[in-house]
Amino acid sequence: MSETTDQLSPLRVLVTGASGLLGGAVAQLLSEKGHHVRTFQRSASSHAGDEVRGSLTDPAAVAQAVESMDAVIHLAAKVSFTGHWQEFVDTNITGTNNLLQASQKAGIKDFVFVSSPSVAHFGDSLAGATAGTANPDLAHGNYARSKAAAELNALALDSVDFRVAAIRPHVVWGPGDTQLVERVIERAKGGRLPLLDHGAALIDTTYIDNAAAAIVRGLERMDHAHGRALVVTNGEPRPVGELIAGICLAGGAPAPKLNVPGWLARGAGTIIEKLWLAAGSRNLVHDEPPMTRFLAKQLSTAHWFDQRETHEVLDWKPAVSIDEGLAKLTAHYAQS
Amino acid sequence: MTEIFPGVKEIYSKYLDVPSTSPVDGAGSTYRWHVLDNQEELAQRGITPVGTLLCVHGNPTWSYLWRSLLNHVSENQLAWRVVAVDQLDMGFSQRTGKFRRLADRVNDLGDLAEAMDLGDNVTTVGHDWGGIISLGWAVSHQDRLANVVLTNTAIHPAGFELPSALKLATHPAVHGWGTKTTRAFLQVTHSLAQPALAPEVRKTFMAPYTSADVRDGVANFVADIPFDPSHPSRPALDEISEAVRSLSVPALMLWGPKDPVFSDRYLRDLLGRLPHAQVHRFEGASHLVGEDRDIASPIFSWLAGNQHVAESARAQSSTPYQPMLAELDSRSDDHSTAVVDIHPPQSLSWSQLGERVNALAAGLQQVGVKSGDRVNLLVPPGIELTSLIYACLRLGAVIVVADAGLGTKGLGRAIKGAGPSFLVGIDRALTGARVLNWPGTKIAVGSLPATKRKLLGVAHTLDELLETGSKLSASQANFTAADPDADAAVLFTSGSTGPAKGVVYTHRQLAAMRDTLRETYDLKAGSALVAGFAPFALLGPALGATSVTPDMDVTAPRTLTASALADAAVAVNATTVFASPAALANVLETKSELNTAQRKTLAGVGLMLSAGAPIPEPLLAKVQELVPNAKVHTPYGMTEALPVTDIDLAGIRAAGDGNGVCVGTAVAGATVAIAPIDALGIAGDEPQYTPNVTGEILVRAPHVKDRYDRLWITEAASSSIDGWHRTGDVGHLDDAGLLWVEGRLGHVLSTANGAITPVAAEHAVQSVVGAGRAALVGVGPAGTQAAVVVMETVPAARKPGPADNALARKVRAAVAQTGIEVAAVLVLPTLPTDIRHNSKIDRAALAQWASTTLAGGRIRTP
Repeated sequence: MSETTDQLSPLRVLVTGASGLLGGAVAQLLSEKGHHVRTFQRSASSHAGDEVRGSLTDPAAVAQAVESMDAVIHLAAKVSFTGHWQEFVDTNITGTNNLLQASQKAGIKDFVFVSSPSVAHFGDSLAGATAGTANPDLAHGNYARSKAAAELNALALDSVDFRVAAIRPHVVWGPGDTQLVERVIERAKGGRLPLLDHGAALIDTTYIDNAAAAIVRGLERMDHAHGRALVVTNGEPRPVGELIAGICLAGGAPAPKLNVPGWLARGAGTIIEKLWLAAGSRNLVHDEPPMTRFLAKQLSTAHWFDQRETHEVLDWKPAVSIDEGLAKLTAHYAQS
Repeated sequence: MTEIFPGVKEIYSKYLDVPSTSPVDGAGSTYRWHVLDNQEELAQRGITPVGTLLCVHGNPTWSYLWRSLLNHVSENQLAWRVVAVDQLDMGFSQRTGKFRRLADRVNDLGDLAEAMDLGDNVTTVGHDWGGIISLGWAVSHQDRLANVVLTNTAIHPAGFELPSALKLATHPAVHGWGTKTTRAFLQVTHSLAQPALAPEVRKTFMAPYTSADVRDGVANFVADIPFDPSHPSRPALDEISEAVRSLSVPALMLWGPKDPVFSDRYLRDLLGRLPHAQVHRFEGASHLVGEDRDIASPIFSWLAGNQHVAESARAQSSTPYQPMLAELDSRSDDHSTAVVDIHPPQSLSWSQLGERVNALAAGLQQVGVKSGDRVNLLVPPGIELTSLIYACLRLGAVIVVADAGLGTKGLGRAIKGAGPSFLVGIDRALTGARVLNWPGTKIAVGSLPATKRKLLGVAHTLDELLETGSKLSASQANFTAADPDADAAVLFTSGSTGPAKGVVYTHRQLAAMRDTLRETYDLKAGSALVAGFAPFALLGPALGATSVTPDMDVTAPRTLTASALADAAVAVNATTVFASPAALANVLETKSELNTAQRKTLAGVGLMLSAGAPIPEPLLAKVQELVPNAKVHTPYGMTEALPVTDIDLAGIRAAGDGNGVCVGTAVAGATVAIAPIDALGIAGDEPQYTPNVTGEILVRAPHVKDRYDRLWITEAASSSIDGWHRTGDVGHLDDAGLLWVEGRLGHVLSTANGAITPVAAEHAVQSVVGAGRAALVGVGPAGTQAAVVVMETVPAARKPGPADNALARKVRAAVAQTGIEVAAVLVLPTLPTDIRHNSKIDRAALAQWASTTLAGGRIRTP
């Protein structure tokens, strides 16, 4: 592999959304590779060091963030299921535009836009799907629609002087994940986690380390990746029931036994989402891909992707298999 | 590129004024024709065409019907000019106000062709009534004619009835109303498409006929059908249909057998006139065959093949040709037993069998069976069938054998496809023939009450034929030895991969099959064999071996019991037993019922052959216990090449485990090679012998089929490597040159890590405790498929669905040993098996089921 030949000389990289699991992992990996990392977010980041606090909707803060940087990895987004369309526009579309403009003005060369496969897929079951082109008109829900618009805007600016790549990790999980993993385990412990249609739907997921590595790889392979949108997964589709059982086992919870027909769950999906959100006491702006939508609606539909283009363009393959990831998760819960 | 009609580039559409010389017109008439022509496009590409296709539509379509030919040339950068005409009064050509009859229309086409300068390499292409019009031009322009192509059409001779659907259309009460006043005739014709036409295509077909005043041509066309000898167009029709017999240019017929009007009977009639024609019947396609299927690709690849005919590299037999009847004829004074039936009990000596065959042949000849006629035999194995087979071979008549195991629907499809002139059957078969309108003069086996005979439309009975025949043969009926290279038999495949295909063998190839079996298994004259496997049963008399048919329902191999097998063995003191794996499985299950005498006879068997599907070592080992002194062999082969390789129990044990099932080495006279597959699972075109390279298994042997019957496209694909038959199976040769079968080409998984054959993974699954049978199938698009295990468990799962987590983990780990990553493990109470082969898992059905199940949603049963 040409892993070594694509290593970059140390860069100054701005990472937005570093307070989240994936943003934090990306910042961490960049640091380990010897890059200078600056983070930009509203709340405190887990990543120590150079930090600018502020909102994407504040052009002044954004301009300050990109100043003297070489590259940007943009993860910050509004990932909520509720909220007005305008809020998504503000953060995901306008915010991204602010960052793009400021980056161009600051002479930044490379821009990695972290996106989601949902920008180009519209609710049907997916088997071996290719990335496809983002479509804000067809994408489902405010999150995917706004991300689709932002991705189109970002890729439209791709040029030799300002190179833009979109990386779309699919269902990221790993130790420390409060979205997917902890909710699954918590609900399983309470006996409130059903399987939909016996959990047969084949889905792709991405272990956190692989998602972070692919995003950094996007920067390293910008020569090949710019102008493209690449879906990233572990490349190991599994029946959703088996994945959930694996996560439960890792967290010391019993595997779900209750089976619910998919149509019933899909019908109740919206209600479930709202109940969860109402019960949640947390701030609802997150940096990770949607999770309740995933649980309530897409758990009963296949979602897996053709990874050949991703592997070729990034000259990369996931280093951590699902089984290894589950072992790490088990170790994580054994410690805590 | 602008389109003038959906799917038609504007550049193709043109109008030209052509003076008419047709009888119906006065001198000086000139009409404006509309044609689709790619001449200008070819010129723009700087290409001089190698020839011209002159395409003639029927009623009520127009040149739009041929757009796929024009587009194919353009898309594939070919050098053929395609001219598709709108006949006068039709399409967008001028309405002449005259009633144009067949002779006028043939002449019109000539006028147009003259005006268009089509060159001297013209291929006519016709559909519907355009077929006879194009042939009318063809027979009178043979100096310029290179080929003829016909799609669902009719050359309507005396004695043939008008199709009933058309009779209705020509009825005065219906005719004007159906064809001119309303769009009924157009709509009905368009609705024949299978699947239905896209709305914009249907609209475009209708476009030139939207009002009654432009539909005269449609009405007149129907009125000009010469269904009656006194019809004014009848002389022209008779003249053309006779002249067609003089055509010697290559002919291709592409047919949609679901056509309610131009049905298979017209194809059979055409084949009588153009016997050298190549035919492809698209099972499931109807009248608008060019809309239902891709006809452009086969037409142009056929044309390309006609441009340069290569000398065939077919394998030649090393033994001189001996007719199938040679052995029987040399034993006319032999009074030892030749054939034995257990139920009902009957036996004939060689002398008696010879006499019976000759009497039957004479009787068949008497009722009109002649050399080259197809005779469908719907008779269970036994003396009756054996006699019929050899009587037909004697006459040079072509036997058509389709196993009742195909089911009524499959059998009917096979019989209609083969189009026999005669059908010999037992009661049940004749009832089916009557109900389902199977073709051929009906001959009954056994006697029938007069009423039933009439009801079933039976013309003759075998007893009558034998009686008249035996009188005739006494006065020396005169039989001419069949041409060794003429067709001898059409055998149908099992239909495990789509509709059953007819496989044609010549006399020479049947004889080569016999010689290969004799040489490979040392089946000397004087051997005594139990014929528990149908295809080999017919070879007993040809081998000079005494043969016995055990008491079983051959359509259900599992009905063969151990004692039925032993009884048959006892009857002839058998040296050899042929059986299918499914039959053997049941024999083993019932072996406790054997008595001492039966066991003793089985101990005397020297050779046990299990043919039909590869047989696993444990089963074969149990078979060995049943016949302790026999060499236990299991040949590998297919209807197209019986057999290809052979291996015995010792060989299987020596080969051990590997990727696939070891089937041994090529039989006498045969050569086996591999055409390697690429990452998408597509096989190449180079026969290779490199060990451990997986690819499509190729076989070359004098006993390989002559061709697929009336499936030109299938045949062209299977013989695309000159001299070789592509088996559609995948496998590899090992270091010792042994062949390993890894499955069907269609079952190869095409994953992101390359092509994977399923057998090794399936063996790995079966090694897991609690696992039953298993299939590895691919889910998702080629090139990035996910590998999915579908398995049975012991005890059987109660419901279909994902395996429990513990089992899934174990299976995944076991398969990982073979280097394959499994995405999902699904369980089923029982895996669906191919109806014809109890031992073959229906992977195509499983892949479909797995794909649906893993897409999410309610889990159903496959």
